[in-house]
Amino acid sequence: MSRIQARFAQLRHQGRKALIPFITAGDPMPSATVSLMHTLVRAGADILELGVPFSDPMADGPVIQRASERALKQGVTLQQTLDMVRQFREHDEKTPVVLMGYLNPFEIMGYGRFAETAASAGVDGALTVDLPPEESHEFVSALREHGLDPIFLVAPTSTPERVERICSAASGFVYYVSLKGVTGSNRLDVTAVEDKLKAIRNSTDLPIGVGFGIQDAETAARVAAVSDAVVVGSALVRLLETLVDEPARMEQTLAATLADMREAMDAA
Amino acid sequence: MSQKVEPIRPQTITPLPDAGGHFGTYGGRFVAETLMEPLDELSLAYARYLKDPEFLRELDSDLRDYVGRPSPLYFAKRLTEKLGGARVFLKREDLNHTGAHKVNNTVGQALLARRMGKTRIIAETGAGQHGVATATVAARMGLECVVFMGAEDIERQAPNVFRMKLLGASVVAVESGSRTLKDALNEAMRDWVTNVDSTFYIIGTVAGPHPYPAMVRDFQAVVGRETREQCLAQTGRMPDALVACVGGGSNAIGLFHPFIADRQVAFYGVEAAGDGLETGRHAAPLCAGRPGVLHGNRTYLMEDRDGQIIETHSVSAGLDYPGVGPEHAWLKDTGRAHYVAATDTEALRAFHDLTEIEGIIPALESSHALAYTAKLAPTMGRDQTIVVNLSGRGDKDIQTVAALEGISL
Repeated sequence: MSRIQARFAQLRHQGRKALIPFITAGDPMPSATVSLMHTLVRAGADILELGVPFSDPMADGPVIQRASERALKQGVTLQQTLDMVRQFREHDEKTPVVLMGYLNPFEIMGYGRFAETAASAGVDGALTVDLPPEESHEFVSALREHGLDPIFLVAPTSTPERVERICSAASGFVYYVSLKGVTGSNRLDVTAVEDKLKAIRNSTDLPIGVGFGIQDAETAARVAAVSDAVVVGSALVRLLETLVDEPARMEQTLAATLADMREAMDAA
Repeated sequence: MSQKVEPIRPQTITPLPDAGGHFGTYGGRFVAETLMEPLDELSLAYARYLKDPEFLRELDSDLRDYVGRPSPLYFAKRLTEKLGGARVFLKREDLNHTGAHKVNNTVGQALLARRMGKTRIIAETGAGQHGVATATVAARMGLECVVFMGAEDIERQAPNVFRMKLLGASVVAVESGSRTLKDALNEAMRDWVTNVDSTFYIIGTVAGPHPYPAMVRDFQAVVGRETREQCLAQTGRMPDALVACVGGGSNAIGLFHPFIADRQVAFYGVEAAGDGLETGRHAAPLCAGRPGVLHGNRTYLMEDRDGQIIETHSVSAGLDYPGVGPEHAWLKDTGRAHYVAATDTEALRAFHDLTEIEGIIPALESSHALAYTAKLAPTMGRDQTIVVNLSGRGDKDIQTVAALEGISL
């Protein structure tokens, strides 16, 4: 059983939903990332999503674009991202870590080399936003060979046939994109999400996480009520951006914001 | 005027791409899931209208009466004499309405957009030629139009920005990344994914996710079809070499594609060498890049060793792009086409030469093709023929050229 599967099994047993915060590796500075990851876990994260910075993040809104730019300006690479996970694992063996990024850095490192290094660093899954299942055969084979879960997106525009196809390629969980738009948008319609999730459950027993556009604790709780996991990115990354010059307050505020979401989700 | 004019229409001559949009290992569809279904719809609509006589009639008639096709194939006699080798012909895409080849494609995609019931058009633009060509067809059809343009390009292409605004388009300055064409494309994709129900994204080059590389090629292939016929009529034989500049590569594919099966016709795609390939400051992924995935397709890219896309450099905004159409990547690997590069300096010299001896001001993009022609022609026999795609006119560039030469207008 993979670390991701184990975590979802445990949550199901406890009757809780997963909270999955996203930060970009190296944002606001490379030295902060591992510590931020631990902070997020202490504040209630069940799984961590770590963004691999990319020069052309086409599916991201301005907040995560700027996070990528900050990290790249400081020279953060995929290899360094893997090193950060390795460091994180020295003090946390249980919290699953999923890398989220765009295909090109993975392709340039080589799928085999990436999967091997990632597995040994303690990564549990990978989501490459611009890799639909149609093009994913080689990447998925490499991930599976090293016991990593390939995570795929399902979108509001995905037809039932596509949902089938995506779910049969995925493991760990599937990631439902809550709206037509980029990350950090603000137009989430929970009822529409609920309807779509019902349809997706016809195709898969995999847990379904929902992300894109979850800005506050209230929305997190409402989304958690209809899904298995809530992914929060831009709302947290925005905090890091605002508090970049006050490292102590940055960790504190990040923890408080996530803890609010945790509490709202668990209370629901 | 007894010259037989064949119906102008998109037609696929080679079986590529495959159903998934692949040219060998290149091309494909690398986008976020939200866009997969809209791209399927676009593929289906395109395949359907490609066979629809009414659509093709309207396209032919627009290309003839609105764009002004066929464009002439002009024998550049004095340029030929100066170069002292092969006879040089210019395919005069600069004479099209809006002043470049870009309109061949926007006319086609706009007709498709209307048939698909879309009310809003978006586009990315580098030099502004594709933006102008898109704003033009949107104005003509009464469709809302938003053009994304890198903030740096807006500064160096002010006349085209004003033209787009006159045509009723909104021009959005893109401040992210390197503030050039690649960032404009990112932003257009973000807009599309957000407004996908109402919006048709008119990509201006033979790159992007399937079906764009094939569709844009098919709309641009009118250039090569006319060239083939005109060359036979005017010289009695096929050309020996075709030369075109390559940024994304739409004018080059348009010229090359109808000749792919004519193995005796050599293809030369000319990339922007900027300050020189050896300096790293250039925009020549085919000459000096390597394969990767960007903007929806696998192709040659300008990237660093960690797979990040790097900034490109070219005096020509229209060639200042880190990728290239996947069919060019395939033509390179199969050896069917040769890819070379011309520096800023070489392009500027060619710009002045053509202006002075032929009375034609070429776009800085097309000047790269002319710069390589100046090297190629002397190596060929006087009985041989080169056709250069004069993809656009240079009026938009006179401020850039003046500034480079220390002249304020």
